[in-house]
Amino acid sequence: MTEAVQLAAGADCTINSVTANIAGLCSAKGSISIAVSYASIMPLLVLGGGALVILLASAVMPKRRYPGLWTVLTALIGAGTVIDGLVQWSDLNTFTGVPLTLGDQIIYDHFSAFFVILVGCATTIGAAISDSYLVRENLDGPEPYILMLLCSAGAVLMAEAAGLISLFLGLEILSISLYTMSAYHHRRAASGEAGLKYFILGSFSSAIFIYGAALIYGATGSTQYVEIFSFLVANTLVHAGVLLAGMGLVIVGLGFKVAAVPFHFWSPDVYQGAPTPFVGYMAAVAKAGGFAALVRVLMLALPTEAANWRPIIWVLATASVLVGSVLALVQSDLKRMLAYSSVSQAGYVLIGLQAGTTQGMTAVCFYLFTYTFMVVGTFAVVGVLQGRGEARNDLSSVRGLASRSPWLAGAMLVLLLGQAGIPLTSGFLGKWVVISAVIAKGQYALGLIGMLGAAIAAFFYLRVAFLMFIPAGARAASTLEAGAPEGEDEAEAAYGGSDFQTIAAAGLSGRDSALALRAPPAIRLRVPGATAAVLAVCVAFTIFAGVSTPVLSLAHTITLPWAP
Amino acid sequence: MGFPVLDIIIFLPLGAAILVALLPKSTPKSVVRWLGLGAAVAELALVLWMVIAFKTGNANAGFQFTSHQAWLSPLSVAWYLGVDGISLFLVAMTALLFPIAMASPPGERSSRSYLGWMLLLESACMTTFLSLDAFLFFVAFEVTLVPGYFLIVNGDGPRRGYAATKFFLYTFAGSAFLFVGILATYLLAAAHEPSGTKASFDIIALARGAVHLPVADQELLLLAFGVAFAVKMPLVPFHTWMPDAYTQAPTGGSMVLAGILFKLGAYGILRWGIFLFPRAAVNLAPLALTLAALGIIWGSVVAAMQRDLKRLVAYGTVAGVGFIVIGLFGFTTEGITGGIVEMVNHGLSTGALFLLVGMVWERRRTYSFSHLGGLQSVAPILGWVFMAVIMSDIGLPGLNGFIGELLVLLGTFITHRWWAVVATMGVVLGAVYLLWAYQRVFHGPAQAINQGVRDMTWAERAAVAPLLAGIIFIGVYPQPVLSRIQPAVDHLVAHIEYADPSFKIPPSGVGHGTFAVPADQVVDVPAATATTATAASTGGNP
Repeated sequence: MTEAVQLAAGADCTINSVTANIAGLCSAKGSISIAVSYASIMPLLVLGGGALVILLASAVMPKRRYPGLWTVLTALIGAGTVIDGLVQWSDLNTFTGVPLTLGDQIIYDHFSAFFVILVGCATTIGAAISDSYLVRENLDGPEPYILMLLCSAGAVLMAEAAGLISLFLGLEILSISLYTMSAYHHRRAASGEAGLKYFILGSFSSAIFIYGAALIYGATGSTQYVEIFSFLVANTLVHAGVLLAGMGLVIVGLGFKVAAVPFHFWSPDVYQGAPTPFVGYMAAVAKAGGFAALVRVLMLALPTEAANWRPIIWVLATASVLVGSVLALVQSDLKRMLAYSSVSQAGYVLIGLQAGTTQGMTAVCFYLFTYTFMVVGTFAVVGVLQGRGEARNDLSSVRGLASRSPWLAGAMLVLLLGQAGIPLTSGFLGKWVVISAVIAKGQYALGLIGMLGAAIAAFFYLRVAFLMFIPAGARAASTLEAGAPEGEDEAEAAYGGSDFQTIAAAGLSGRDSALALRAPPAIRLRVPGATAAVLAVCVAFTIFAGVSTPVLSLAHTITLPWAP
Repeated sequence: MGFPVLDIIIFLPLGAAILVALLPKSTPKSVVRWLGLGAAVAELALVLWMVIAFKTGNANAGFQFTSHQAWLSPLSVAWYLGVDGISLFLVAMTALLFPIAMASPPGERSSRSYLGWMLLLESACMTTFLSLDAFLFFVAFEVTLVPGYFLIVNGDGPRRGYAATKFFLYTFAGSAFLFVGILATYLLAAAHEPSGTKASFDIIALARGAVHLPVADQELLLLAFGVAFAVKMPLVPFHTWMPDAYTQAPTGGSMVLAGILFKLGAYGILRWGIFLFPRAAVNLAPLALTLAALGIIWGSVVAAMQRDLKRLVAYGTVAGVGFIVIGLFGFTTEGITGGIVEMVNHGLSTGALFLLVGMVWERRRTYSFSHLGGLQSVAPILGWVFMAVIMSDIGLPGLNGFIGELLVLLGTFITHRWWAVVATMGVVLGAVYLLWAYQRVFHGPAQAINQGVRDMTWAERAAVAPLLAGIIFIGVYPQPVLSRIQPAVDHLVAHIEYADPSFKIPPSGVGHGTFAVPADQVVDVPAATATTATAASTGGNP
C-alpha cells in the first residue's frame, strides 16, 4: 500500500515536475516516519507551551498574589516568539532544504517567519495594553492571556499551514479563542452579545470554509497546496464547477475572518461589544491569520485559477474599501467607526492580493505588519478614553483631548493619519506598495477606487482629529447659556456631532445637536505606564516604517516556495 | 558635493517646528515666538544667499545645488533635490512670505501650535518645490495638507471645521489621481528605459521614458496629474473649496494658503505635467486654456459681486491663477517665463492683500463692505499701501504685475491668440473689482465707528515693507529675475518642440527663438535629434 502511494506520488511528481523545487517537495513523501523539524514549529511550541505554563501556574499560584504577572509572562512569550521569528528568518536566509516539514503539514519559509514576527509583536503589545483594562474592569485573571496565546498560535498555524486541513486547525484555534475573548466582559451585556454573534456567524463561516475545502479535495484529490497545484498544472478540468465552487466557499470562509464586505456584518457589533484592548489585538491578529491563509491558498494552491479568483477579489476589495469608508462616516460610536475603518483597511490588503503577484504578496505582508501597530495603538487610546465600564465610547469622548492630554492626542493623531494614509507614516507606504502592485498589473481603475476610498476615509479620521483639537466643555456650555455669536458654536458642535446630515447643514440645525452633544466630564486622564509604552512604540513604529527602509526590505525578501 | 543648502532649507524649519512642539509648557510665549520667527528669518537669509549664488546663463540651465541621497531604495525612491530657474523664485517667495505670515497675529488660538504648524508647512512647501523625485514630490505635496488643515482649524472663522475639512478632502481626492498617475508613469516609463538601468522616480528618467509613450496614454496621465493640480490651484470647476478655506483661516494662514499653497498646483503642472508629457500638454492646451480663461472671467465677476472684503480677495485668486495657466500653456519662452513671474507676483500681492485685509479686521472686526468706508482719511498709510498692492495686482507699469501679465499675454498671443484676447479682458475686470473694493473700503464718508481707526503701526509697516520692496523691485528691475528664469524655460520649450514635432512656434512670432539653446543642453534629447530640435527653434530667428 505504501509502495503504491509512493509510486503514485512519484509518478505525479515526475510527470508534473513543474519546477525542480516541487520535485524536491514530492520526493520527501512516502516515508512513514515523520521527521520533525523543531525549528519550523518552534513558534507554535512557544505560544502553545506558554499558554499551558500560564494555565498550570494559575492553578497552583494564589490568586492575585502578583498583580500583572500574567501580563508580563504573556508579553515575554510574545517577545520570545518575535525573537524566534527573527532566528528563523536568519536561518532561512541560508536554508536550502525542503520547505515542507512535519509530515508536509508546515511550510517553513520567509512568509511563515514574517507572520511569526507579526503575531509575536501583536501578542506583546496586545497583552501590554490589556492589563490596565482588566484591572479597571475587575476582570483580572490568567484566562484572557491564555486565550490570547492560543489565538496567536492559531494565527501562526494559519500562516504556516501547508494544506487546507492544518489551515482549518489554525482557523478554529484562532476563532474559538476570539469568541471567548469577545464575550469576556461578563458584566457588560454588549460583550456577551458580541461573543454570541461572533460565535454563530463564525461557526457558519467555518462550516462554509470546510465545505469549500472538501469540494477542492473532491476536484483535485488532495488538500495539500503543493499537490493541488501540481494536479491543476498537469490536468485541465473538463468540468471546473466543483473546484470553482470550492474555491468560492473557501474565499467566503476566510473573507469572513478578515471582515471583507459583504461578510463584514459581524464586525461592528463585535468591535463595539468586545473588551477594547482585545478588539485591537483581534483586528490585528485575525486579519493577519486570515490574509496569510488567503495568500497561501490562492497563490500556492490555486495560482492556475487566478483568472477566476482575481475578479472575485476585485469585487471584495472595492466593496470593502468603499462600503467600509462610507459606513464609517455615519457612526457616532468610536469603536463602531473603527470597526468600519478596519473593514476598509481590509479592502486595501485585498487590493494587494488581487494583483496575484509576488509584488502584491509582499505588499500584503507590509500592509498587515504596519496596520498591526496602528490598530492596536488606536484601540489603546480608546481604552484609556472610554473610562470605567466602557462608559464613554461615543465620539464626543475625544473632544478637547489635545488640551486635556496633549501627548495622548498627539499619539492618536499620528495613528489616525497613518490609517488615513498620509505620507511620512507607514500607512502611506502601505497604500503605495499595495496600489503599485495592482498598477503594475494594469489595474488602474482598482488603484483609483482605492485612493478615492482613502479620501472618503480621511473624512472620519479627520473628524476625530478635529474634535480632539477643539476646546472641551467650555464652548459647548457657552452655547447653551448665551447663544453663540455668529453661529460659531452651532457649526462647530454640529460638525463634531454624530449626524452626517447635520454636518452637511452645519449652522442651520446646529443648535439641537449642540444640546445633544455633551461635553465629556473634566476628569483627569491617567494613562497607565504599559499603555503609554505601547503607544510610544506604535507611534514610533508608524513613523519609522513610513520614512525608512528596514521593514520594507524585510517584506521585500519574502518569497513563496514556488512562485505563482 | 558642496554645502547641502537645499537639505538645510528643508530641515531647518522642520527642526524648528519639532522644537517648538516639544518646548515645555512653562516656556514664555515670547521665547516660542522668537524661536519660530528666528528660524524663519534664518531660512530667508539662507534662501537669499542661494538666489545670489545661483548661476545664470544658458550653460547653467540644469538643476543646481542638487542633493542626491539613498532613501527607500526598495521602492526605487531617492532623496533627490535640486533648484533651477523655474523653482528658484518660488522658493524665495516662500521664504519671504512665511516669516511675515508668522509675525501676523494668530487669532485667538495658542500661538505655539500656530507657529509649529507654520514651520512644518514651510518645510513641506520647500520640499515640494525642490524635489526632483516624483515620490518625494508627492509625499511633500500631500503633507502640506496636514498643517494646512490645522492652520484653518486654528483660525477664528465661524465655519472653520467645515472649511478645513472641505479643503483637506477636495485636495486629498484630487491627489488620488496624482498617486495613480505617478505610479503608472513610473511603471510605463520604466518599460522604455534601456535594459540594465534601474527604474526610478527621478524626473529626468521619467521624462525620458514618458516621451515614448503612446500619445493617448500621455494624455490620460496628464489628465490624472492635472486633476490633482487643478484642485490645488484651483482651476475653475474645482475651486469650490477655496473661498471657504481662505476666509476661515487666520490672516497668516490665508497668506500662505493663497500665496504659496496654490502655487504648488501651478508649479506642479509645469514641472510634473508639461515637462513629463509635452505632447499631451500641447494637445490638451485648449482645454487648460479654456478653463483658465473661464476662471479669469468667472473669478473676476464673482469677486466683484462679493459683499465681504476677504471673500473678494479669495475669488480674485481664481482670476490670478487663470493668468498663470494661460502663460504656462502658451509654450513660448515668454509665456512660461511670464507664468512663473506671475506665480511670484501673485504670491507677493495676494500675500500682501490678505495681510492688509487682516489689518482691517484687527481694527474693525468685520470684512463687510457695508460696515467699512472712509478709512483713507483716518488711516492714510494703510490706504496708500492698499492702493499700491492693488495696482500691482492690476498690472500698473513699474510694478511687478505689469511684467508678468505682459509676458504672459505676449507669449500666449503668438500660439493661442484668442485665449490671450479673452485674458486681456480679464485685466480690465480685475481693475473693476479691485478698484471698486478700494473705493468702498477707503473712500466715501467715514461712518462714526470708523473714525477712531488707527493707522498702521510701525510693526505692521515693517511686515508689509519687504513685500512692497519685492513688488517694486520686480517691476522696476526685472532683469536679475528673468535672467535666472530664462535658461530653464528655454530648455523646457526646446523639450516641448522636440517631443512634439507638429508643434512649432510661428516663425514670425516675437517669441520665437529669442533664446538659442545649445544642442547639448536639451534636457533629455539624444544628441542627433537634439540638433534638429535646436535647429527648429533657432531656424527662423529674425
